[in-house]
Amino acid sequence: MAGVEAIDRAGYVDWLQRVGDNALILGHRVSEWCGHSPALEEDIALANQALDLIGQCQLWLGYAAEIEGEGRSADDMAYLRDASAFRNALLVERPNGDFGQTLMRQFLFDVYHLELLRALKGSSDPRVAEIAAKAEKEAAYHLERSADLVIRLGDGTEESHRRMQNALDLLFPYTGELFNDDDIDRAIAEAGIAPLPSTLKKAWDETVRAVLDEATLTHPGAVWQHGIKGAGGGRQGVHSEHLGYILAEMQFLQRAYPGAVW
Amino acid sequence: MYAQLVKSEGAKSRDEMSPEEAAFQERIDRGEKIEPKEWMPDGYRKTLIRQIGQHAHSEIVGQLPEGNWITRAPTLERKAILLAKVQDEAGHGLYLYSAAETLGISRDELLEALHSGKMKYSSIFNYPTLTWADMGAVGWLVDGAAIMNQVPLQRTSYGPYSRAMIRICKEESFHQRQGYDIMMKMARGTPEQREMAQDALNRFWYPSLMMFGPSDAESVHSAQSMAWKIKMNTNDELRQKFVDQTVPQAEYLGLTIPDDKLAWNEEKGGYDFSEPDWDEFFAVIAGNGPCNAERLGARVKAWDDGAWFREGVMAHAEKAAERAAAVRTAAE
Amino acid sequence: MSSEWPLWEIFIRGQHGLNHRHVGSLHAPDAEMAIRNARDVYTRRNEGVSIWAVRSNDITASSPSEKGPLFDPANSKVYRHPTFFDIPDEVGHM
Repeated sequence: MAGVEAIDRAGYVDWLQRVGDNALILGHRVSEWCGHSPALEEDIALANQALDLIGQCQLWLGYAAEIEGEGRSADDMAYLRDASAFRNALLVERPNGDFGQTLMRQFLFDVYHLELLRALKGSSDPRVAEIAAKAEKEAAYHLERSADLVIRLGDGTEESHRRMQNALDLLFPYTGELFNDDDIDRAIAEAGIAPLPSTLKKAWDETVRAVLDEATLTHPGAVWQHGIKGAGGGRQGVHSEHLGYILAEMQFLQRAYPGAVW
Repeated sequence: MYAQLVKSEGAKSRDEMSPEEAAFQERIDRGEKIEPKEWMPDGYRKTLIRQIGQHAHSEIVGQLPEGNWITRAPTLERKAILLAKVQDEAGHGLYLYSAAETLGISRDELLEALHSGKMKYSSIFNYPTLTWADMGAVGWLVDGAAIMNQVPLQRTSYGPYSRAMIRICKEESFHQRQGYDIMMKMARGTPEQREMAQDALNRFWYPSLMMFGPSDAESVHSAQSMAWKIKMNTNDELRQKFVDQTVPQAEYLGLTIPDDKLAWNEEKGGYDFSEPDWDEFFAVIAGNGPCNAERLGARVKAWDDGAWFREGVMAHAEKAAERAAAVRTAAE
Repeated sequence: MSSEWPLWEIFIRGQHGLNHRHVGSLHAPDAEMAIRNARDVYTRRNEGVSIWAVRSNDITASSPSEKGPLFDPANSKVYRHPTFFDIPDEVGHM
């Protein structure tokens, strides 16, 4: 536990929220498909994915609240923080778009997520290692699905190819943020809790390129990446307009009826 | 129920039956299951396709009223429970479509009939879900009413339908409980929550009673379906059972059933209660419910918007199979 | 083009080493997706450790009209069942 003791508590809470909020917001987005997917089998599969992510966010945010030590719960974290206190990456708050955009967003995230969780299994904080071990299995399955569907649709019909290329071009500019180190990341890495985000980039790149190749999709190359320059991005609490609407919906009951038990 | 007003062919007396029909009826009377490729009267097949199809459509349209609150669920746990429940409904739709497919109709054909309005789904899903308490009321009343019908259907004469119902009943056991659990929290909550709970009961009570369909005393369709063991109880029997079961549950919650005439009838050992407005029921079935356009519209949109996806993965599968075949030919 | 995904029959082996058992059907473009869809559709409650998927069209079924000839003869071979034999209690469990 030396690692955990040594780091700044607020920074640690922030970092845990980065991991937990990604799961929360992506799970929320994916759950929006329930009842509206292109096929019943997909509807069911997506709900499983959303359920996995909601479960993971409960663990991460629950632990964040514990470290914070102010008596908050995972629910308080999810329902009573305003947008600027959220730490998810911009990628996961992108709107669902068509089904191709949802799948592409999932794929780009899953590759990163799996690399991260694999590394976290060796965390100096046993709690982090434990949560990661559970989440890793889920993320591995998510990636199996999303990578396979990206390949199938990229190499499917002309229309599915066009839509997937469009989704890739649209979302790729939101991937750089995932690998951009800041002071919090450096402190966490020094404590041996998590790898520096930048160290995950190489493996991510390799997998993404291999899948895009098989999918006959064109890698967008070195395009502008959001959330890095200036004030930063979602991981620093600087979000897109979309998050506000997600929270307006998600937090409505807790905000409208403070203190009620549901 | 989830399958209301299923048109069936008229019931035949023994004398009117062909030898095949009589033998078929005897098998059903003995409690044998009828399996997909076995001989069956045309009317049996048609009625089953209508009924199972309607039931399946109800499951997937039934995702929408509750799906309406997934993104607004008040806690992470409630969100997960609701999502899991609505996901189950998709699964139940899938099981039922599969059962219907054993009768020689494809899922796409059934969906087309839903989308064109040729086939119906339960009237209940054309009512809006306006507050979180509606998630409680839907689980408690709507699933409660559905279970009342589905439990006996586990013994229905058609094997695939019976097996689907067994699986559905097993999975659905948590659905009604989660609804009642929400109602308990709301009924014991703040004054506003209590008010929402009562309001939800007020709005869902009569539509839930309508789920069983109009009185089938005079219906020839019901008689034939019951002879075939496609329908196990009359609509009135089930409705009575539902009321008798639900009234004490409402009392426990401290909520009032919106019916002045509701009273215990010692003689019949059940409650007397007011009939729902059947004009409203027929109007909703005919497409004039508060949400018909939205519900069907959402399903059609999901289907149309998803066409490129279904075609894309299918095209890839065909390409991959061709490539694999080419590799095999080259190797030979 | 025909975009309707073919129908697959799904068989699942549960936790306890029993045979694969037919659990239901689903649609998928090919075998690989059928397996994955089966995982999502039919193991939501932790039901299985192994999945088989078979194209519904590839199943050869016994004809229902031959049910008599196929299965009735086994009815008369009662000696195949352990209860056919009376073993004295003194012999103990057998």
